[in-house]
Amino acid sequence: MKYLWRLLPLGFILLLAGCGKQNLSALDPQGPVADIQFDLIKLSLYIMIFVIVVVFAIYLFVIIKYRERPGDTHIPKQVHGNKALEVVWTVIPIILLLFLAIPNVMQTFTLADVDVNEEEDDFVRVVVTAHQFWWEFEYPDYDVVAGQDMYIPTNTKIIIELEASDVIHSFWVPALAGKQDNVPGITNDMWLIAPQEGIYQGKCTELCGEGHWLMDFKVIAVDPDTFDTWASSMARTVDEEEEVNVVSAEGREVFEQNCISCHAISGEGGDLGPNLTNFGERSVIAGFLDWDENDENLENFIRYPTEKKPGNLMQPFPNLADDEMDALIDYLKSLKVLE
Amino acid sequence: MSYAKAQSKSAVWDWLTTVDHKKIGIMYLVAGAFFFALGGFEAILMRIQLMFPEASFLPAQTFNELLTMHGTTMIFLAAMPILFGLMNYIVPLQIGARDVAFPFLNSLGFWLFLFGGILLNLSWFFGGAPDAGWTAYVPLSSEYSGTGIDYYVLGLQISGAGTLIGGINFLVTIINMRAPGMSMMRMPLFTWSTFVASTLILFAFPALTIGLLLLMLERIFGATYFAVHAGGNVVIWQHLFWIFGHPEVYILILPAFGIFSEIISTFSKKRLFGYSAMVFATLLIGFLGFMVWAHHMFTVGMGPIANSIFAVATMAIAVPTGIKIFNWLFTMMGGRIQFTTANLFALGFIPSFVMGGVTGVMLATSAANYQFHDTYFVVAHFHYVIIGGVVLGIFGGAFYWWPRMFGYKLDEKLGKIFFWMFLFGFHLTFFVQHFLGLMGMPRRVASYLDGQGLNDMNFISTIGAFLMGVAFIIFVVNIFVSMKNRETSGDPWDGRTLEWTIPSPTPEYNFAQTPLVRDVDAYWHEKYEGDGKMKAAEPLGDIHMPNGSILPVIISIGLFISSFGFIYREHGVIWVAILGLAITFGAMFVRSIKEDHGYHIPVEEIKNDKGGK
Repeated sequence: MKYLWRLLPLGFILLLAGCGKQNLSALDPQGPVADIQFDLIKLSLYIMIFVIVVVFAIYLFVIIKYRERPGDTHIPKQVHGNKALEVVWTVIPIILLLFLAIPNVMQTFTLADVDVNEEEDDFVRVVVTAHQFWWEFEYPDYDVVAGQDMYIPTNTKIIIELEASDVIHSFWVPALAGKQDNVPGITNDMWLIAPQEGIYQGKCTELCGEGHWLMDFKVIAVDPDTFDTWASSMARTVDEEEEVNVVSAEGREVFEQNCISCHAISGEGGDLGPNLTNFGERSVIAGFLDWDENDENLENFIRYPTEKKPGNLMQPFPNLADDEMDALIDYLKSLKVLE
Repeated sequence: MSYAKAQSKSAVWDWLTTVDHKKIGIMYLVAGAFFFALGGFEAILMRIQLMFPEASFLPAQTFNELLTMHGTTMIFLAAMPILFGLMNYIVPLQIGARDVAFPFLNSLGFWLFLFGGILLNLSWFFGGAPDAGWTAYVPLSSEYSGTGIDYYVLGLQISGAGTLIGGINFLVTIINMRAPGMSMMRMPLFTWSTFVASTLILFAFPALTIGLLLLMLERIFGATYFAVHAGGNVVIWQHLFWIFGHPEVYILILPAFGIFSEIISTFSKKRLFGYSAMVFATLLIGFLGFMVWAHHMFTVGMGPIANSIFAVATMAIAVPTGIKIFNWLFTMMGGRIQFTTANLFALGFIPSFVMGGVTGVMLATSAANYQFHDTYFVVAHFHYVIIGGVVLGIFGGAFYWWPRMFGYKLDEKLGKIFFWMFLFGFHLTFFVQHFLGLMGMPRRVASYLDGQGLNDMNFISTIGAFLMGVAFIIFVVNIFVSMKNRETSGDPWDGRTLEWTIPSPTPEYNFAQTPLVRDVDAYWHEKYEGDGKMKAAEPLGDIHMPNGSILPVIISIGLFISSFGFIYREHGVIWVAILGLAITFGAMFVRSIKEDHGYHIPVEEIKNDKGGK
């Protein structure tokens, strides 16, 4: 709770909120964009707490002082109004709102500023395409396509272009930046910076169908050198891949027979499902399932993809032979690019 | 049809054919209460599912259908009809009128709403309810959903037509049918807010109608307004929806404001503080309500200029709303505040709504909105304004006007238990949701994963929802056990406005003689400045009344039948659609050519009633 001092002025209210998970909560910002937003949240909250205190004070005073007491039957004076008072409670709120409106307009423009100097600035461009119900991350300057895990270098401005292939989705990584929508037919952009390494949770926040609640992803911030290694490994072709990676040949065969029309590895395969080039390094399976000891989660997911992720469009493979399944899982788990 | 003949028909036929604004008002209330209970049940089911992480109480698809139907039902079929019920019953009485301007249309509006609502809910039994949220964003609702959305489109189109008809009717009634002396600036605030809300309906509902029409053309006739692969644009739907949808929330809240103005003034025994400022603030909120729709769309990529403009415009609404809050507080200041159940709802409303209002300003902060948008923070916000504002207003209005409408008082003791349990449950349910949202819980999720720090607050929230459910049952019980508390004075609260000058039960013709209005709070003025009785603006005479008609029911049933033909067009039943439309237009034709002069209630009859005293 090293941020406790920040929350003190808000007392109880934000203390409560401090209970959120660090890599998920918007109340514990981990980057400049989330900082700007949290500062505005705090500013608006301070102003609003002031309003609440004033209104509640008058309210309590009035209902206690002027409550009807037993036996009281007097008829109160029928007051019409009071010009001066009415001006006061019109003007003061306007002034209070200006204190909020002006910083807000400035920051709205700051957050929309995705211009970079192509030659000089240090930045990475990521095209995020949302699908029912998974995420695709394309790095056009690196020739890399990744699924589910969005690797970014720390302390670098990440320019994000948002697209969608089917319905509207929304890209939200609360600890790093507020959301923008992935709208079919339109490209939206936003930016973020992650000063610290870490795995940040991302979520789809626009109702997109049955699997909406499981449409999670991760933003993984690594140091710039690691990122370069990652990007160059991700960009390897299959031929290069064979040389550097110990591939279970049998598993690869199963993959080519069953999976390759939808899933790509090292630039080879379809794009209807997530790219699996670094599948062995995924923090979770399919955006939400943990890796377990006997790989039952992965096996069940391949056999019955909609059982745990309803609405999932992946084709089921209930009858894949056990040995083929084992080989496939070994192969998938061997798919790593960072070692 | 003679007066005697009208009396001899059976009760069912009487209710089906009635054009009496009071009976139509009661039908709105009954139907609205039914849908309110239904929407509440849907909410409880969702809260049970969300009580524990990764629960399997409901499949995700069912959950999506429930969240869609909960929102759609509560907005279109519960909150609006219940408010329409109160408006229908009360507004003509408050302005000293014998009925609304167009009694036949009033009936038509009700039956269209009812059959639209029934159509929408039948989707549960025929292939699944709509599942794209009450906002039905395309392309999820156009290309990626089943027949449920057809029910949504047609059901809302039919009931929306009813609402539009009702809104126009109120406008004409309030402009044309006020009693002598009741100038606009002497109208009670509930009538004023009905007037402004009806204006909003007049301008906002056509946007919904067009949006639904485009969606219908796309789904049923293969148009491509929203189809990206054919050059369509999906954001247009959002604009159309919110150009309707944002004024819609003011259509709901302004009448509630009006109700609170009546209640607070009555139970503080004081004239409303700053009457003209209140009227002006209501008009301003209504006007600004049309300037802010895109604050629902800050993250859709409109760019910083549009976002900034809509952010500042939205914040501006806080000013007139604040004016109203302070005026209520100062109405109570110096008064003699009576803690009746009706007034408890008004007193519970002020802090609850202020909390919902301040989160509204926070949401208007566009740059911060990127964090709030589509999370539980938004869910918490709009439930604070809709339950803390509209629903408390409806219950407050129910307790306040119950003796007027039903001739008996609701039990105060049960009422207070209901109030406290409901208010406590409401805050318990929704206060924690502010934090859930900021801690990373998106809205409209069928469940959430364990280990994200979201478990405890979701559990608390569900407990609150149960409390609200139990509280509502106590309210229903109250309705039945209180029936013995007959109220015959007609003025149980020492009322200030014209609806309390009438004997109880309210006679069919409302006012034996049209009253003469001499001040704001006309009845109060006569009580404390005059002789305690309204002056009459006309001599006692025969009263002309409109005839009842079954045609509104037939017109509505025609559209209802027709919808099934369109929904199941691929099964070769398009003839059903044509048949339904033929029924509707046939009934309209009959209405057009049939002469109907109404009937007269003879003056002797009126003298026999208590109304002629």
